[in-house]
Amino acid sequence: MKKTLFDKVWDAHVVETIPDGPQILYIDKHLIHEVTSPQAFAELEQRGIPLSRPDRTVATADHNVPTIDQHLTIRDAMSRKQVQMLTENCKKHGVTLYGLGHPYQGIVHVMAPELGITQPGMTMVCGDSHTSTHGAFGTIAFGIGTSQVAQVFASQCLLLNKPKKMRITVNGTLKDNVLPKDVILYIIAKLGTNSGTGHFAEYAGDVFENMSMEGRMTVCNMSIEMGARGGMIAPDETTFNYVKGKEFAPKDADWERKVAYWKTLPTDEGAQFDTEYTFDAEDISPMITFGTNPGMGIKIGEHIPTLADPSFEKALKYMDLEKGQDLVGQTINYVFIGSCTNSRIEDFRIAASQIKGKQKAKNVTALIVPGSQQVAKQIKEEGLQDVFEAAGFEIRQSGCSACLGMNEDKIPAGEYCVSTSNRNFEGRQGPGARTFLASPLVAALTAVEGKIVDVSQMELV
Amino acid sequence: MQKFETLSSTAVPLPIENVDTDQIIPARFLKATDKVGFGENLFRDWRYNKDGSVNSGFVLNNATFSGSILVAGENFGCGSSREHAAWALEDYGFKVVISSYFADIFRGNALNNGILPIIIAQEQLNVLLERIQEKPETNFLIDLPNQELVVEDLKIRHKFAIDPYKKMCLINGYDDIDFLISKRDVITAFEEQNA
Ligand code: SF4
Repeated sequence: MKKTLFDKVWDAHVVETIPDGPQILYIDKHLIHEVTSPQAFAELEQRGIPLSRPDRTVATADHNVPTIDQHLTIRDAMSRKQVQMLTENCKKHGVTLYGLGHPYQGIVHVMAPELGITQPGMTMVCGDSHTSTHGAFGTIAFGIGTSQVAQVFASQCLLLNKPKKMRITVNGTLKDNVLPKDVILYIIAKLGTNSGTGHFAEYAGDVFENMSMEGRMTVCNMSIEMGARGGMIAPDETTFNYVKGKEFAPKDADWERKVAYWKTLPTDEGAQFDTEYTFDAEDISPMITFGTNPGMGIKIGEHIPTLADPSFEKALKYMDLEKGQDLVGQTINYVFIGSCTNSRIEDFRIAASQIKGKQKAKNVTALIVPGSQQVAKQIKEEGLQDVFEAAGFEIRQSGCSACLGMNEDKIPAGEYCVSTSNRNFEGRQGPGARTFLASPLVAALTAVEGKIVDVSQMELV
Repeated sequence: MQKFETLSSTAVPLPIENVDTDQIIPARFLKATDKVGFGENLFRDWRYNKDGSVNSGFVLNNATFSGSILVAGENFGCGSSREHAAWALEDYGFKVVISSYFADIFRGNALNNGILPIIIAQEQLNVLLERIQEKPETNFLIDLPNQELVVEDLKIRHKFAIDPYKKMCLINGYDDIDFLISKRDVITAFEEQNA
């Protein structure tokens, strides 16, 4: 039978199929962090059972950590307790932890790929919905709830029904100034926030084939924002080159053997999907969201649609925007470049290319939050830090930061923020904060201009 | 996990679409290391105004509506995977959520915490929402063994779908961990084969 990439990886991990019920799926790698793990560790303890495979579990502290003075004790008592519990739990159960101060610490979805923990053909889970990021490697990766974290702790398996399969094909050449973030924001705006429910997506076509691994991660990261459990891209030479030589990547003969296997993973010609969508690369422009879910996006320069729908009106009211309005020229006081969607080196290279030799606008507070300690180091080594600092940007230490505002990094109530993160929900970046999602290019230009500019009309270097 | 068989209750209407888990429980309340007390902050930023005063316009602050069933707009529970959303609903006292669509992760989290998510057609959902607004005392009967949602007043008897395995778990109060642990031998064999 002809199989898709998803089928191949899924089927290779089925331990058993329960008659009339779910399947037992084996999990190769389990990533954990401080916020969604404590109750799962407690569950193990209550039942008096051990963590089954500490060697397949990797931890980091990212969600609530401060991004200033990480060498000091965390000031917020509850965050401190969560991080302490993670440290204690990891020690007790023999789990590797890249905690604060460790050179590998970082946002879980930035850290694991850059260390080679993420590899094609694996199943990976984490108590975080953006685990879909790792699908960029041809990995089945998805977010789980804390009960499921406990299940994986206890058995290294999950009970699941096989999701349906969806393919999103984008062929052609992207226009200038259109980044991977625009591609995924465009897809979500077209398909809606629940179009992927019950599905696992595969992204196919020239656009993704020609994309860097960083770009592929940005795309797969936001699969969850259209409701899909995850998104995948077939592994190819770009993938192999990225993984090769990474700390935990297979080596020597093992590498050869693995690559040979990975090459068998792409979807067979003629394999069937439950749902298919096709787009033209030429139709995609730089995007921005205007509402309170990631599907509420328009091309920069387009007008906000006029819909008579209570949920739509509620969103506009929250954003203090009008139907029919265009966003170009909108004053912006906050810019956030970070999060597991756009905090990798490539994102900062793009931002720096627009900022070099310029100053941020006076009204703007601009935050640069690298996705990991390794990215932070690279920013320094490549001289990007100097560019950002000279332009008046604040460079922070790595963590989730203003993506979800669990730490001190919040956008004040009523303020607009152009953000490279993935969610513009009400209050996501702080109570009352108003988020516009966009690419790092748009974010950087906004910081310089102090307002939203129409990048689709600009000739950039 | 608590057992669930049948439930008879009035319902609370929440006719908003795409209610994400950041609204159900905002991130700043995720710092607890146990599962208790989240109900207090359920829908926190809708229940309270910015100055901390009670938002009397929000349905949970309206004494007219009560009960352990929440009837919500399409795509309930989208966004973050935080199971805290299910804990908050459960802690507040909701045992059933009815909508025309649930986000996948939320649905799984709800089931793992003894909350029954019931999917009905959009038109049926609209009928129920309207009815609760008009007659808040309308009683709903949820019959899990027969997979039925019954509103006698309206002569409504909707069949709903549920995974047979999950149904068995809810009725018996079992959870997936018990089941997976009982499968340890098969799992070990799989690991050895794939080593
Ligand atoms: S950066 Fe944001 S979306 Fe990504 S893992 Fe952290 S909180 Fe979640």
